[in-house]
Amino acid sequence: MAKKFSVTRQRGFNTIALVTFFCLYAPLLILVVLAFNAGLSSADWQGFSTKWFWSAMENPQVVDASILSLQLAFTSALISTAVAIPAAIAMTRTAPYKGWMFQYALISLPLMVPEIVTAVALLIVVAAIKSWTGYIGLGYLIIAHTAFCIPFAYLPIRARLETMDINLEAAASDLYARPFEAFLHITLPQLLPGVLAGFMLAFVISLDDVVITEFVKSPGQDTLPTYMLGQLRRTVTPEINAISAIFLLLSIIVVTVFFILQSSGRRKQ
Amino acid sequence: MAQNFKGRGAPGRKWILTAPALTIILAAAAGPLLIVVVYSFLTPGAYGGVTWKFSWDSWVKVLFERDLFSDELTLATSNLTIFARSIWLALVTTIITLLAGFPTAYFIATRPRTRRDLWLLLITIPFWTNLVIRTFAIQDIIRQEGLLNTALIKLGMVSEPLQILYTDTAVLIGMVYVYLPLMVLPVYASLEKLDSRLLEAASDLYARPRSVLWNVILPSSRSGLIAGSTLVFIPAISTYVTPIMLGGGKRLMMGNYIELLFGQGKDWPYGSAVSIVLMTIVMAALLIYARAGGPKGGAHG
Repeated sequence: MAKKFSVTRQRGFNTIALVTFFCLYAPLLILVVLAFNAGLSSADWQGFSTKWFWSAMENPQVVDASILSLQLAFTSALISTAVAIPAAIAMTRTAPYKGWMFQYALISLPLMVPEIVTAVALLIVVAAIKSWTGYIGLGYLIIAHTAFCIPFAYLPIRARLETMDINLEAAASDLYARPFEAFLHITLPQLLPGVLAGFMLAFVISLDDVVITEFVKSPGQDTLPTYMLGQLRRTVTPEINAISAIFLLLSIIVVTVFFILQSSGRRKQ
Repeated sequence: MAQNFKGRGAPGRKWILTAPALTIILAAAAGPLLIVVVYSFLTPGAYGGVTWKFSWDSWVKVLFERDLFSDELTLATSNLTIFARSIWLALVTTIITLLAGFPTAYFIATRPRTRRDLWLLLITIPFWTNLVIRTFAIQDIIRQEGLLNTALIKLGMVSEPLQILYTDTAVLIGMVYVYLPLMVLPVYASLEKLDSRLLEAASDLYARPRSVLWNVILPSSRSGLIAGSTLVFIPAISTYVTPIMLGGGKRLMMGNYIELLFGQGKDWPYGSAVSIVLMTIVMAALLIYARAGGPKGGAHG
């Protein structure tokens, strides 16, 4: 229940908080507004226009990069969630066992190692494999993204498993359900919010990545973030603002859905 | 009974179930990292890459410069400056996010319960927005002809545009902006657990709000403050995108230095050694974090 907190109102804190929120959103808002600028640069406002959105959608590089980003994010999120489910089940639904710490450390490794270090490490390996096999397809990006998505898919699934009612599974197994049947009919439906949350986190993380992609990609494999990074080193037109605005909208939708999933999960407990 | 259920399953099954995830991470994260360690002890190849000959040179180069003529070793000030700059900028970023983030988290924690989720969502949205986009938003505002300078000139506060972009200040602004949510979320989590009766008790005993803050609130949200600081410090020290976009690629930080060594520098062993230095700093920060309570440390640490 909401307790009375007013006894410890800290002077100035509300102001700082509101200024912080303002500073968080003002740049994004300006970014979006400037996407509707008819002029050539953000410096001179030439009136309202949606032309940059159309020009972004007709720019083949932007379209290709967007498709690649979404493909990559979807594939890596799917694979990382698929491997995170059994891993999370093995590591929660069990008595402590030897090697647990090792497995846990390995799964959370991508969270701890700086991205740039993973990126150059992958650069070394990918360069070697490329020169041995000649393969320059999307495989490298998919496996690299999947690896750093695994902990993000794993954590919400594990959190869900830890708060789930274990007695239902025990009951199913007392009633002679085979482990796989119990998993399919009892565990999985309950686990679903966690799985969805994990998938979406992984999806967003993959979509967000720029450093590792930049080092692993072969020529012509630009994702939207690496394309933007490349463009930003030159002079920019509001087209970049337009792309950002669309991307921003996508993030807001994904985060809001994720948030609703999480809080409905919490309420059910 | 639940305990019985937990005990089921052959021990090998745990490894089979975790194998796919572990294999991918071994192949695309842990394995390559080991190779970086190995590479740091090799000799650079002529056009990037390495030749397989053992050498300590890269590690010597981390700290010392060899004089071209006399072969004497002197402290490698240019490297050490980059390391020091990175640590310094990351620390300042952490402190600023702490100063802005704590009151913000406190503000959220003191809202009515039903509205807290909404405020949290507002913190979370920028966090999940693409890093390049957020940095671009900052770049757009602070550039010479950007909104900030236009406004300052119109208001008559400055006569000519301020050069903010491509300075350390720009990098700092960018990092604070980008990493602030990482401070607010864990601090909020620990403030939320705070027992409000403690605060009432302190207040009933005539403690002033500020003294409640120093003696009750701050100590009991210590674990959140440490978690937030670690979460901000680590990506800040290893940042790569922000210095490129806001520092103009001239004000190097460790992440960019590593890229430079692997790219134009064509000295992979040395780049590997610097990568390991960076990783060591990050691990040290994590260790401090784990010592000071870690993720599961109680709110009353």
